[in-house]
Amino acid sequence: MLNRAHGRSPWLLAPALLVGSYQSLAEEVERWKYNMPEGVTPVSQNIHGLHMEMFWWCVGIGVVVFSIMLFSMIFHRKSRGVKPAHFHESTTLEIIWTVIPVVILILMAIPATKSLINLYDTSEADMDVLITGYQWRWKYDYVDEDLSFFSSLSTPREQIEGLAPKGPHYLLEVDEPLVVPINKKIRFLITANDVIHAWWVPALGVKKDAIPGFIKESWTIINEPGVYRGQCAELCGRDHGFMPIVVDARTEEDYRAWLQEKQAAAAAIRELTSKTFTFDELYARGEEVYNRSCAACHQVNGEGIPGTFPSLKGVGVAVGPIDHHIDVVVNGVKGTAMQAFGPQLSEVDIAAVVTYERNAWGNNMGDMTQPIDIYNHKQGN
Amino acid sequence: MAHGPAKGIARWLYTTNHKDIGSMYLWFSFAMFLLGGVFALVIRAELFQPGLQIVDPNFFNQMTTMHGLVMVFGAVMPAFVGLANWMVPMMIGAPDMALPRMNNWSFWILPFAFAMLTSTLFMEGGAPNFGWTFYAPLSTTYAPPSVTFFIFAIHIMGASSIMGAINIIATILNMRAPGMTLMKMPLFVWTWLITAYLLIAVMPVLAGVVTMMLMDIHFGTSFFNAAGGGDPVLFQHIFWFFGHPEVYIMILPAFGIVSAIIPTFSRKPLFGYASMVYATASIAFLSFIVWAHHMFTVGMPLAGELFFMYATMLIAVPTGVKVFNWTATMFKGSLTFETPMLFSIAFVILFTIGGFSGLMLAIAPADFQYHDTYFVVAHFHYVLVPGAIFSITAAVYYWLPKWSGRMYSEVMGKTHFWLAFIGLNVTFFPMHFSGLAGMPRRIPDYHMMFADWNMISSIGAFLFGGAQVLFLYIVISTIVSGRKATDKVWENPEGLEWTVPSPAPYHTFSTPPEVK
Amino acid sequence: MSTHEGSYYVPEQSKLPIWASFGLFLTVFGAAHWLNGNSKGPMIFLAGGLVFAFVLWNWFSAVIGENMSGLAGPQLKRSYVWGMGWFIFSEVMFFAAFFGALFYVRTMALPWLGGEVESTATNEFLWPGFTAEWPLMVTPDMAVNGDRATVLGPDQNLSYPGFGAMFSWLPFWNTVILLSSSVTVHFAHAAIKNNQRRAFNSWLGVTVLLGIIFLIMQALEYHHAYTDLGLTLQSGIYGTTFFMLTGFHGAHVTLGTFMLLVMWLRSVLKGHFKPDDNFGFEAASWYWHFVDVVWVGLFIVVYIFG
Ligand code: HEA
Ligand code: HEA
Ligand code: HEC
Ligand code: CUA
Ligand SMILES: [Cu+2]
Repeated sequence: MLNRAHGRSPWLLAPALLVGSYQSLAEEVERWKYNMPEGVTPVSQNIHGLHMEMFWWCVGIGVVVFSIMLFSMIFHRKSRGVKPAHFHESTTLEIIWTVIPVVILILMAIPATKSLINLYDTSEADMDVLITGYQWRWKYDYVDEDLSFFSSLSTPREQIEGLAPKGPHYLLEVDEPLVVPINKKIRFLITANDVIHAWWVPALGVKKDAIPGFIKESWTIINEPGVYRGQCAELCGRDHGFMPIVVDARTEEDYRAWLQEKQAAAAAIRELTSKTFTFDELYARGEEVYNRSCAACHQVNGEGIPGTFPSLKGVGVAVGPIDHHIDVVVNGVKGTAMQAFGPQLSEVDIAAVVTYERNAWGNNMGDMTQPIDIYNHKQGN
Repeated sequence: MAHGPAKGIARWLYTTNHKDIGSMYLWFSFAMFLLGGVFALVIRAELFQPGLQIVDPNFFNQMTTMHGLVMVFGAVMPAFVGLANWMVPMMIGAPDMALPRMNNWSFWILPFAFAMLTSTLFMEGGAPNFGWTFYAPLSTTYAPPSVTFFIFAIHIMGASSIMGAINIIATILNMRAPGMTLMKMPLFVWTWLITAYLLIAVMPVLAGVVTMMLMDIHFGTSFFNAAGGGDPVLFQHIFWFFGHPEVYIMILPAFGIVSAIIPTFSRKPLFGYASMVYATASIAFLSFIVWAHHMFTVGMPLAGELFFMYATMLIAVPTGVKVFNWTATMFKGSLTFETPMLFSIAFVILFTIGGFSGLMLAIAPADFQYHDTYFVVAHFHYVLVPGAIFSITAAVYYWLPKWSGRMYSEVMGKTHFWLAFIGLNVTFFPMHFSGLAGMPRRIPDYHMMFADWNMISSIGAFLFGGAQVLFLYIVISTIVSGRKATDKVWENPEGLEWTVPSPAPYHTFSTPPEVK
Repeated sequence: MSTHEGSYYVPEQSKLPIWASFGLFLTVFGAAHWLNGNSKGPMIFLAGGLVFAFVLWNWFSAVIGENMSGLAGPQLKRSYVWGMGWFIFSEVMFFAAFFGALFYVRTMALPWLGGEVESTATNEFLWPGFTAEWPLMVTPDMAVNGDRATVLGPDQNLSYPGFGAMFSWLPFWNTVILLSSSVTVHFAHAAIKNNQRRAFNSWLGVTVLLGIIFLIMQALEYHHAYTDLGLTLQSGIYGTTFFMLTGFHGAHVTLGTFMLLVMWLRSVLKGHFKPDDNFGFEAASWYWHFVDVVWVGLFIVVYIFG
């Protein structure tokens, strides 16, 4: 909470040297993040100002109160032969130290109120993004653009398990960032599909809980192009620590270009639905999909977590009739953590993952399913 | 009635004596403190450096949850009830608690409740993993099967707390010695009276909300399910209606303790006794209308947001009155720094720091950035560890000579203090920084930019843990082989408890003392 | 401790508390196993219940015995009074949680889901076609998923049928019954204070009967709801709040009736209670009044404004 980096005394750095890093002092100061970032939106800068103001009020009061205590501790100690005074009441004093804090609080409340009113003004947005939290990834829906996709952690498992060196954006990187234009008022419509999550990007000053069944609103205007990172901020189960948020703010032009590219890619995927795949193609794609979307619960080795997530290896649905297997994946199991993947994954991906599950980990069912079957299943045939 | 304790284990199992029950509460809570501390050390060990090293993320969540639950319900609350059992009858000149058998019942529920709660760690699917705040639907639809045991454990420990609180109220209102008017009661008694009201008012609400969970899980109701017209946020409202007063339940008796110790070692009467009483009552009142400050980010309507922000900020006023009164008590006193005094002074300073961060959290727009980060973790550990835990420690040092008739070693006590003081600040101060820099709470792994602060925190945690082992040693060695304590123990302490011999006889005040 | 005047009776060591804890523990431990589908659950639950009931029996016997032998001085009796009073207050707070839930759902959650507050996005995107109404007959799930919905509302509800139909409306008669039982229990109290044993027994007996009639009527209403109205605990938030509130109230009526019945038996069989010493009865009667007040609250918010 120290205000300025250059005001830092060297002893604070000592522990860093202790743990054995040999960077230059400037890098060192840069590395030790200790304060709220100012961020890149008017809102985040406003909050930062509020935060610093509050902080200095507290420091001020603290200095006064603690000085008096320290003074007594030094000068009014028995070992100096002081005789205790006898006073133990003063209505005047009590009134003074009730009124002064009230006044300070009012001074704090005024800017806070203004700031809050501004924060709640979601009117007149230029665009809407519907954000849905899933265990454990985010879905972004560009409401007016007919585009939606999932965004999940892209940090490789080896880095997490310490088998590979950690990258610069360790745990704060995703496969598909939320791309938005700068200088536009963007309204976020935030909700969740299963449990409560919270969508938080510090640099934007936006944090809002994602409540299943309800949509809560927030907004932002980003001034500078850049990549801004955040994390899910509400405990949402096992991989709560592994559902980052990346916002990629671009100029209007770049944003438009990106949008077209995405829409074209989505069309291409839809086309694939009618294609017939070979077993190997499905299996390989399925493994990828599985590790991305399913392994968090059912584990990479398919064995699940006893009591919480069922094993798919050698038992149950994955080695039963294929229709039922497809049904479980497409429609989920109501009232459990097994959600409906129908709306989340493309037909190709579902066909692939089902095929994979039926043939991985020694489940030698030998059968497979095609995207078109999934499509038909979804249509109710 | 017999004049001494019964022999053997039966003394403890069947006792109706407030001192025995008080001791059992204190030992139980100390055991729970160590257990909760071990869970905390698992957390800190995993967070020592980035990456997943020691535990699975799901187990990490179980540790976080059990740590919070065990510390709050197992360590702090029973410790205060234990102190109330020992001290309230002695302070008001009563022969015992008003309802002695029920008193023993309140205690014995706890070991069963916590055995059941802890056993969930070994159940299929693991222990509760949804945080001590157990937000639905993570704690309902998505919970492990052990959640049912968790719910019933909460039910019965709630029953224990309610009975304990009723007992304390009946004792204080009905058993005071002649002449012990309300405004003559020691502040510890006052703060406990008010705490007991808080308990009776909010523990049933907690029971209600876990019952709703139980129904949603097993009987298909829709309390927290939007598809049926319910709302997950409803859970949070009811939980925090309990939860916020709960945090004051964990601090008001601490205020009482410190208000007894500071005057003794300042050799000067407590400044502003009456205003202390009114301040405590105001805090208790306000605690019922601030709960949604834990929910600033759920998207309440603006008016609600503003109301809860203002009401929360107001609590700083009566709390400030207390801090100022303690400062004024020390001012122009004749101070000495025995171990209880050291812990009490640290309490005032560090609790105030925790209060300041609380006030920052109360500013709703800023809370959008703070919420669910380590800044919040720093805040509540500053009010809970140097708050609740330090005050309990201070109380033990202060009254242990009265309880056991033996004096602890001042050198050891001070060593404990400094280790704990340093360990605590090393552990929790850096959490302000990592939180502001953006580290969310309840995560088992994090980006490298938080690595240094976390490493420091972890080192501090082990140091602080070590200090607690020393504390255990000091308490036991005092009881076993401390030198004899005088009846008055301190130079000129105030209160009826100092008028009886040390150790306090098994039955004090069989005939009520006269209070002038 | 000696029993001379002015001293407080502190009971000797007692085995009751720890057995009570054990019984309570077994009960909930069994219940949890039961709910989790473990076949040993019901047995453990039952065993726990028996232990607990046995302990309570002995506990109350002990307290009564102490009172009869003059150990309980006026101060101890005051402790019981405080104890009962604050126990009832804790019960009030328990009900407050459920009343609060109902209030919240009706004023906050449903309007939000129905798009009636500033933000209409919830309704547009998640629950199109859902309208907030009370009693909630069409759940959000039904509004969106039609036949595929799993959380179904009731077919019919049990709210106020209008003044004309008042007298053929069961909750109205339940209200009449409970209110009059509060009066009869008060008469019983007055009778014992005037040392009129027969009147006391009769009034108390009538109260117990009224309690039982209430419970039977309530059972009939539940049966009607389940079989004819399609109104169950699972019927969305309306069924949820309806059954939780009336159900917990019914459970309290059961307990209250049982308490009064015990008091009646004590008076009839053992001749307990004196004009100036009848707190056991009085506590039960307080409880009864409390249950009655809760019903009035229920009647207003669940039925009349339901
Ligand atoms: C003993 C426990 C305790 C105590 C006493 C407090 C005291 C306070 N708390 Fe804290 N709090 C917790 C335990 C406690 N808290 C816990 C456990 C949580 C987290 C729960 C969870 O999510 O797991 C929490 C979370 C929490 C939040 C939610 C944060 C979030 O999740 O986003 C907020 C927000 O308003 C808050 C505010 C306050 C305030 C304003 C006080 C005030 O009472 C503090 C008042 C004191 C002072 C201000 C200092 C002394 C005063 C002066 C010297 C006078 C002059 C001062 C001024 C005018 C500034 N607390
Ligand atoms: C009074 C309450 C209390 C107390 C005293 C503590 C004490 C400590 N807490 Fe606290 N903590 C909470 C209440 C408390 N906590 C709550 C409510 C939460 C929120 C939970 C949630 O998110 O749901 C929390 C969360 C929490 C977190 C965040 C977890 C997360 O978000 O994932 C962390 C992380 O460092 C932490 C650390 C510690 C540490 C290091 C201590 C130390 O002070 C502990 C020191 C004690 C010891 C270390 C014990 C010493 C014992 C030994 C060394 C072994 C000896 C053994 C034998 C003799 C058998 N706690
Ligand atoms: C959030 C956790 C989670 C994720 C992610 C998840 N599942 Fe599941 N899955 C579950 C749970 C819980 C069940 C058990 C449901 C029940 O109780 O019947 C389950 C059940 C299943 C079953 C039936 C198993 C059986 O034998 O009963 C299959 C098949 C399955 N999941 C496939 C998948 C596939 C394919 C994916 C990814 C596309 C996936 N799951 C992702 C939690 C998850
Ligand atoms: Cu999603 Cu935490
Ligand atoms: Cu709070």
